[in-house]
Order: sequence, then structure tokens, then C-alpha cells
Amino acid sequence: MKLSYYPGCSLQGTALDYDKSVREFCSLVGVELVEIPDWNCCGASSAHMTRHEVGMRLPMRNLLLAAELGLDILVPCAACFQRLKAAEKSLREAPEYWDVERYQGNCRIIHISTFLASQAINEAIQQRISNLLKGMKLGCYYGCLSLRHPKITGVSNFEQPESLETIVRYVGAEPVPWSHRTECCSGSLTMARPDIARRLVGDLVEAAVRAGADALVTDCPMCQVNVESRQMDMAGGPRLPVYFVTELINAALTGDYPAKQKRLHLVDAGVLSAVMQENHRSREETV
Amino acid sequence: MNTDVINPEQGNRKFLAKLEEREVDVQACYQCGRCSAGCPITEFFDITTMEAVRLAAYGMEDILLRSKTIWLCAACETCATRCPNDIDIAVLMDVLRELALRKGVEPAEPRVAAFHSSFLGSIEHWGRAYEIGLIAAFKIRSGDYTGDMNLGMKMFSKGKLSLMPHSVKGKQEIKKIFSGKGKEYER
Repeated sequence: MKLSYYPGCSLQGTALDYDKSVREFCSLVGVELVEIPDWNCCGASSAHMTRHEVGMRLPMRNLLLAAELGLDILVPCAACFQRLKAAEKSLREAPEYWDVERYQGNCRIIHISTFLASQAINEAIQQRISNLLKGMKLGCYYGCLSLRHPKITGVSNFEQPESLETIVRYVGAEPVPWSHRTECCSGSLTMARPDIARRLVGDLVEAAVRAGADALVTDCPMCQVNVESRQMDMAGGPRLPVYFVTELINAALTGDYPAKQKRLHLVDAGVLSAVMQENHRSREETV
Repeated sequence: MNTDVINPEQGNRKFLAKLEEREVDVQACYQCGRCSAGCPITEFFDITTMEAVRLAAYGMEDILLRSKTIWLCAACETCATRCPNDIDIAVLMDVLRELALRKGVEPAEPRVAAFHSSFLGSIEHWGRAYEIGLIAAFKIRSGDYTGDMNLGMKMFSKGKLSLMPHSVKGKQEIKKIFSGKGKEYER
């Protein structure tokens, strides 16, 4: 399988390790990624929130670049995914509005979790898996932008999504049922109004702890950094690390969770290493 | 609660036409309140989401442009997704913010507006987000020099904030996108 790859700006900055883990995963399962040459920022929330024209034209430039490659596009960031989909819809429905004669791109825009939850990827994971994450209780956290608005994202079960739970089960961990899976963490406000972000993050972490989660797992780079960072200044200290979905899968596939990856978290991410050690020990005992 | 007296005859028709053009059918609202019920930020708003939709239907643009609500909305799109009449409330908020900026209405939440312009300034210049640059621009615009300093240092020490910007080659194309060329029909 060969896909175009649109990492987006977060994956060159605060979520550098997400980018690394997506690339590592794809190479482990034999999926070739071709980075879209000279891609630009999708404009994220700020562009569409304050400058409609700019918010559409930025992702359109990426789509036109991707069309030249002619491959389906893999997108790990929820915001990038939503903006590319919005631009695609508008390009298809009203190309003349954007001074494009006809949009001929036929590349599908694929969000990372849709890709990971597919049957083909499940089979690839099952062939290679070395250390099941048995006993690890995870709160799957989707946030907003890979789901909403469904007329843009095309997601049908946007109130009760299942892709992250499906993936978590592929690697032997246990998804806990909980209340805040698709609630907003207010990532777009976190720098300007950290007080609001602390409230929203506090609520969702509290809900996940109540449901018995050892950690959260997400596919959104903004959620990952916001939910970890806004726990830092909470009374009683931080409670749950937030793993990238590919970070977990890679640990299960390779049987190794590198210390230097663990150190990149703002919240102590030792629970994954502990679960893996425990599973390793009990496996050795049975042998 | 907003207690201003509303006279729909004074409603701004240009504003209503703009909403129509963006396919935001605010007239379809029957005030069920699902938008406000699901809004994660509602406790911080000065005008609730359902009030905002009704004010928009009356063309009461000025009250909305001066509100905190339009800036505190996080664009999570829960309201629009759950509206039984399919009113795109998230787009309503986009239109309001853009109008407020174009008309030079002072943002009731200046820090939020400062963040958006700092972010976009970084994209306009480099083509990709340059985090340290946008943090610096936000600090200058907001006058908040010390906020999140510890967090910033932590992220930097983990290599998660790059000192150097990631620049695209097609800078001219990005400049053109920001220049407003193509906006001749007042999109």
C-alpha cells in the first residue's frame, strides 16, 4: 500500500513524536508514505474562525499538490483532516467560486484512525504483535475535529465513534466506557484562556479516572498536548498521561517502549512500561 | 441573559444576506436549546448559543459583534452537529468573528483575537506554523509575558518547540492567499 502523507504543523512541533510513530508504524506494516511536497499549514481553527477565504484556500493548495501525486492522503491530525475535507467539499461543489475550472482530484482523505481500524491493518498487526497490552485500561479520547461536523467529515457514528476502541482491542488493551470521549478540550483557547482549558481538561480527566482508566489514548495532536499540559497546574497534580494511538501500537508491535519516548510526555507515562513488563514477566513464567 | 430591547425592523439586512450566502438558516431556529445544552463553554459566555441564533435571526448584528461569546466559542461544532434544524451555528460564529474584525469592533476577549492573529501571522510569513514565533507574537500582542513560561521551557527542553521556523518554498503562493486576491466579490 502506498499513500500520500500530510503531517501538518503540529507534527513538526509539539507532536514531533506522533509523526515519528506514524512513520515507524507504516514502515513496520509495509505501508509506503509519500510526503506531499512543499505542503503548507491547513490554517487550523484560527483561519476558518476569522478569515473564511484564507481558511479555504490554504488547505486547497495542499489538495492541488496532492492531486499531482494521485494517491489517497493519510492525515494524522484531526484539525488538518477537518480542514482538508471542508476544502475538498467546497472544491467539488463550487470550483468556480475558487477560480478552479474543475477539481479533478480523486484522492480520498483518510483520517489515521479510520486507516488503523481497518481490517487490513488489523491483520498486519496480528501477524507482528509481540507484546499484548493486556490489562491496560484506556480511555479513548476523540475530541472534536475528526468527527464534527459530520457533513464535512463524513463520519456516520459521530456521537458514538468506535475506531479508537477497535484499535485498542487489536493490541490487547481494554477500552473503558466513559462519558467524555467526544467532548471538547478547548485546545484552540488554551493559550488565550488557560483557565477555560483547565476546567474542560479537569472535567474530562476526572471522568476518565472515575471510569477506571489508567491513561488516555488519542489521535489528535492538539488534544494530546492540551490535556497533558493543562493537568500540570491542577491541584493534586497530573493524573493521566495521554498516548498517541500509534505510540501504543508500536510498543505492542515491537515489544519495546523506549525510555526516550516516555520522557517526551509532560505527565508521567510509566504505566505503559509497567503493563508491558508485567505481561512480559507472566509470559516468561508460563514458558 | 441579554436584556436589550430588540426591534426586528432595525435588523441588519446585509448581515442576514451574508448568512444566507453562507447557508446558515438562522430563521429555522425554534429555540429548543440543544445547542446551548451541549456547549462545553456555555458557562463562560455572555450570550448563550441559542440566544445568539435568535439575535442573528433578528439581524441584531451589533450586540453579537460586541459579545464575548463569539470569541470564546472554541469551534468544537457540537451545537451545529446536534441542531435538529441543521442550522450551521459554528459557521454563524465564524461569520460574526470575521465581521467584527473587518468592521474594527474591539474584541470583547482581546487575548483570543490576539492568539488568532498571531497564529495567522506566522502562517502568512512562513507557510507553516512556527510555534516560538507565534508565542512571541501572542505575548507582545496580549502583554502577557510570563504566562505559561514553565510549560514553554518544559516543551522546549523536550525538543517539542523548534527554534527554527519550518518554511515552505511556495511563499509567494501563500502571500497571494493572504493578500485578499480573489476577494473581489466580497466573499
